[in-house]
Formats: sequence, C-alpha cells, structure tokens
Amino acid sequence: MSEKLFMKGNEALAEGAVRAGCRFFAGYPITPQNEVPEYMSWRLPEVGGTFIQAESEVAAINMLFGASAVGTRTMTSSSSPGISLKQEGISYCASAELPIFYSNIVRGGPGLGNIAPAQGDYFQSTRGGGHGDYRVFVMAPKSVSEMANFPRKCYEVAFKYRIPTMILADGILGQMMEPLEFDFEPIDPNTLPLPSWALRGTNGGERRTVKSYDLRPSAMEAWNFRLEKKYNEIIEKEVKFETVKIEDADIILAAYGTAARICESALMLGRREGLKIGLVRPITVWPFPTQVFRDLARRVRKFLVVEMSLGQFVEDVQLSINGKAEIHLHKRPAGGIPTGEEVLEVTRKVLAGDESKVFARP
Amino acid sequence: MYQGVIMAGFGGQGVVSGGIMLAYCGMVDGLNVTFFPAYGAEMRGGTANCSVVLSTDPVASPVVGQPDSILIMNEPSLAKFEPMLKPGGRLFLNTSLVSSRPKRTDVEVIEVPANDIAEELGNIKCANMVMLGAYARKSGAVKPETLKDNIKEIYPKAKEAMLEMNKKAVDRGAAAV
Repeated sequence: MSEKLFMKGNEALAEGAVRAGCRFFAGYPITPQNEVPEYMSWRLPEVGGTFIQAESEVAAINMLFGASAVGTRTMTSSSSPGISLKQEGISYCASAELPIFYSNIVRGGPGLGNIAPAQGDYFQSTRGGGHGDYRVFVMAPKSVSEMANFPRKCYEVAFKYRIPTMILADGILGQMMEPLEFDFEPIDPNTLPLPSWALRGTNGGERRTVKSYDLRPSAMEAWNFRLEKKYNEIIEKEVKFETVKIEDADIILAAYGTAARICESALMLGRREGLKIGLVRPITVWPFPTQVFRDLARRVRKFLVVEMSLGQFVEDVQLSINGKAEIHLHKRPAGGIPTGEEVLEVTRKVLAGDESKVFARP
Repeated sequence: MYQGVIMAGFGGQGVVSGGIMLAYCGMVDGLNVTFFPAYGAEMRGGTANCSVVLSTDPVASPVVGQPDSILIMNEPSLAKFEPMLKPGGRLFLNTSLVSSRPKRTDVEVIEVPANDIAEELGNIKCANMVMLGAYARKSGAVKPETLKDNIKEIYPKAKEAMLEMNKKAVDRGAAAV
C-alpha cells in the first residue's frame, strides 16, 4: 500500500496521528516522548493544523477539551509524571464524552522515577486514570509500525463512542527506529462528517451542551449508567489481541507491548529446542481480551506473565483465568528490560515444575 | 544471522547517525533491523552511543546487552563497553583517538585509524563512515556498497563533494581491515 519507511517510534506515532486526521496538538516536553511534540510543531502547520506548546500539562489537556468540543481530531502526548498531571482533564473529557486521543510513552516510576522504558502505568491506563467511574480505550503497540498505524483505530473508536482513547507504549517503542509501512491512506478530516454534538453553532437549531457535571444525584447516576452502556458495547465489539502458536502449547506466555515482543523471541528460541510455548498478546489492554485466556485455561495448565512492572497486567490475566490454571510472573520494573534468553530460561524452569515465580494457583 | 552492535564515541563524532546508517543499510539489504539510541542525560562533549540489531529473524529487543561487535570511537567508550562484548566478539578500535589497548584476550581487536584516514580524505567528520566501512567488510552483515549507495538517505542535505568523501571513507575503512 505504501513505501517502507525507517522512523523513530515517537515520530511514527506523530505522523500516524496526522495521517489519521489529527489537526490539533497541545503538549509539554518530557523525556522519552519529546520527538512527538517536536515532530508535530512542524508537521501540523503543513496540513493546516495547530501545534501549541502549552505552559503546562494541565493547560495542554484542557486545550484538548476545548478543541475536541468543536469536533476536531486532537492529540496530546506525555510520559508518566506528565500523564498523571493530565488525569484531571482526561476525567473531565470522559465525563463530557469528548473523543480526545493521547499517548503515554511510559518511563520508570513512581515519582519522577527515571527515563528508562517501563510498564508501570498499566493500572492507571486501564482503570480510567483520574477520578470517577470511567474507562479509556487503550491500545498497546509492540512495534514502530503499530505506533504508526494505531492512531487511526483510536480516532475511529474515539469518535464512534465519544470516549478518550490512548496509546500505551514505553521508552523503547518511542526511541527506537525500525522499518514501517502505513496500512491506510491519509485521512482528510475536512471530508469527515461533523459530529452532531460538536459546538459549531446551531443556526437557530437545538442548543448543544458539552459538560462534565450534573449536580442532581439522580441525573448523574443516570449519566454514569449511560457511560457504562457505552463501555459494555466497547467490551463486546472492540477487543483486539494476537496469539502465536497457542494450538499445541503446554505453556502460554502473556505480555503486552515491548514485553510481548521479547516473549515472541523467547517463544521462537524455545520452539527450536522443542518446547511447546504459545503467546497471547493483548493489543487492547482495555477492553481486555478476557475470553481468549478463559478458553485457553480450559486446557493449558501453566501461564507465564512477563511485564516490566511489579505485577499489574498479571491481575487482568488472573481475573480472566479465574483460578482455572497456574499463573507465574516474571517482573522487571522501572527500567529492567528482560531478554528473550532470560524469558526462555524462566519458561524452562516453570515447565520443569519450579514454583519460585508462582503468582496464583488453581 | 544475528548481530548486536554498539557504536560509541563523543557527541559530534557521528555515532548516532552512523548507527542509523548501519540499521538503514541492513533494511536495504533485506534484514530485520532496529536502532536504539542511548537517550539519557547526554550532553555535548559527553559520550554518545547507540545499539543496532541486524538479524534474519524478527528483532525482539532493540537493547543490546551483550554486543557481537563494538565500534569504539573514543577513549571513555573503550572502558565502558569492552566488558560488555561477547566472548569471541569483535572490537573495532579507533586507534587515532584511543591510546590504551583492550585488556580482553577472548575477543578479536580490529585496529582502524579512523580519524587519521578521515583527515587524509579532507574532513574528520567522515571518521564514522571509515569505521562503518571496516565493520561492513569484516562482519559481512551489510555490504560496503550498500553503505556507499545510501549516504544520501541519511544525510539528505549533504553536498556532492561531502557525499563523495564519505563514499571514499567507506572504501578506505573496508580496505583497512
């Protein structure tokens, strides 16, 4: 469909968002995602869009609130501490049902942490992140190619359901370069229908409101149930995952993003020596691909979760498997990056009956 | 085939663009490739380094913990990366700028007077291409010809004379090993 490019993950993400119709970006610098605003600062003006380096993360997210309220495809980007600062605004957007798109190029935490690649923001991303009862549609790419192509899906879901959407990546995916191809033609947002709720004036028609609050308890309760209905529909229709060699597997590796990429290498190495290893990799981490784990737990006895955090993602695997199989956990938080050989070594031990990394038993 | 490569030197020696060049040429030669820069608190005059993976299999992690080859452009990089090199690995040493010699006896040391050669050609800035030429010839992971044919892709603003000089730098590097 398109030429093979060689780009940095952060730049591919920014270019992907522009090609998916992004025309407004506001952000504030933080490593390891600085290439995103840098790229947007020259790229958006080329397509008639607007780039703003905001005075703070809080300002940036509230600029998105305004820009998306008129139906624009918006984006902001940050890394862990910066995303924490944006959570208030994201919660407001969730309540006001604004289709914003943002990315978290996760670094080591908690606190200021470090700038190394990490996956410690899994809970924050998949449980809403800010205050209140809400969810965000979260995609977890594993390659520069997916960094480039996932923004299109995020905007599609954001505008279909009027929900904030995000890409959850890490410093490796942001900083690395590798070949990529776009799997879609650039979208001109001017050719898209303007949403019926967009605050663009009504020409005397019915008044439109975008707001995040209702002081009447019964009204706010109904509002929450309305959001829930939407979330349930997303759970039903928008789950995405990838499986590798699960058919004959004796053990299933479970991981997302960079960790999944490393598990794939362990799988390949292990298969060469005859170990029947399979892999499940959630592509959306909310909604979570519960069913595939549930189905596999009927016949596979052992699961090995690999995550670059202390045991967050594993809880979703545990909820899915629900006591039907043994779960082991290999964790490398805040800058620890597992290797394929390392994961394979753990896999061998687990298959041989080692219980030192057991997380949950049936 | 799997080659994990670390290229390291001073900021300004073209270590990062050299790494991008190597990965790009690997892609052109049909390999799976990744490039990953050290993106910590790097500063001018400090050390810069990057990791490149060239592989016939898909690349799992772009982080190279135990490199098959290291391309050492300055003194501090030798001390930092020599211990990481895989036993039997290749250590390409820019002898123009590095006066000490490796302590390891289980690795192959390839001496390349990269800055001297670059200076002879007219500009020390092409020392990185001398080193890449040497690496390409010795490892066979990418073709020296591919490096020469793709300099313009990585340095799109380079003038004709500079491109020619860089091509010669690749040849001289390849001839030096």
